[in-house]
Amino acid sequence: MTDTIVVQHAENPPLVFTQAQLDWLPWLEPLAETDLTERHWDGLVDKARAKSPYFMLLARDPDILGARTKTDKDIFYNTKDGLPRPERELAATAASRFNGCIYCASVHARFTTQFSKREGDVQRLLDEGVTVTIDPRWDAIIAASVALTKTPTVFGEAEITRLREAGLSELEISDVIHGAAFFNWANRLMLSIGEPSL
Amino acid sequence: MASTPDVIDLLAGITPGSALDTIRAARQQARDNAQASYLALFEPVDTAEASLQERFAVACFVAGLHAQAPETTFYRDGLAKVARDPSLPDAIDAEITRGQAEGPTGHFPAGPLSAEDSEGTAYRIPDDSRARLGNRLAAALEHAHMLVIHPRDASADALQALLSAGWSATGIVTLSQLVAFLTFQLRVIHGLRIMAKTAPHSA
Repeated sequence: MTDTIVVQHAENPPLVFTQAQLDWLPWLEPLAETDLTERHWDGLVDKARAKSPYFMLLARDPDILGARTKTDKDIFYNTKDGLPRPERELAATAASRFNGCIYCASVHARFTTQFSKREGDVQRLLDEGVTVTIDPRWDAIIAASVALTKTPTVFGEAEITRLREAGLSELEISDVIHGAAFFNWANRLMLSIGEPSL
Repeated sequence: MASTPDVIDLLAGITPGSALDTIRAARQQARDNAQASYLALFEPVDTAEASLQERFAVACFVAGLHAQAPETTFYRDGLAKVARDPSLPDAIDAEITRGQAEGPTGHFPAGPLSAEDSEGTAYRIPDDSRARLGNRLAAALEHAHMLVIHPRDASADALQALLSAGWSATGIVTLSQLVAFLTFQLRVIHGLRIMAKTAPHSA
């Protein structure tokens, strides 16, 4: 059987960066729940993800999906020490804004706002882009995330010094690196196997 | 099978008991699953939809586009071990040279963000090289270049090009994960290496 592209373009694509809830439409056929074996359920990690076309498309290769999801959860949700939650989400949002992933930016801008209660500052990052000036600590995290996201990466001593001067510990700096690096992974999947819709 | 060393620790030069070893241990699940991701992609249980040769060839190319020499050598060595065609590593070196570019660039959906559009560097493999690499691998390298350098130019048409070159939907998922994972792994290695180089002196 030859596989085919399944999806029509979104009728109503988002044209700007937003904190609104977006939909996401796959360009290839996701698995159906009836196709799932134990290995697929393991790859999905959370059973509820069987309702998501994104995760059901990625479930075609369940081993990498499961490892990806567990990497993601520890980088963002393990709050034992290290960078506060809103700033991990800020690194994710900055990388997504810079790569141009409107969908990922919408999700993680919402989380940044939810945890920081700074909706206006988050919206300025979305509207003005990654050269925005907010405050020294957020600016240092945004700048480090952007430098790391460039290809080839230009992240270097200057970014680390600026993070240290903004008060970040070594574990917090490692959390910024992992948060921004992870969104290079996530952005490229979200951008390339489907598209966002309002 | 001999166990594979932690690739990020190996390439970032992190040794047991070092400050960065302690920092990575604070996120042990992420550390273990970054390695599990590597193993899922490069020591997979199933190679029916993407061969080891294809996986390591694309990985070597992606590391080369990032201009990270130790990582490029790591994946090039992996390619040399699995390549059925002994000239393939040299052919990938030539594609890295051809593909050099800076990112991220590309186009937004037409609208207010169009002011931020920039041309993604076009990378097309010429016919003689395409014949040597084969259609499947050539299409994978062209797709990988877009994903690495100008990911916001991604499109359903780009996936159609992979399908037309013989990739299945499942193979495309694996290929997309492989390229995207490497853009994570390469940045973590680079970032940790810079941290080690600039470590503050302890009191």
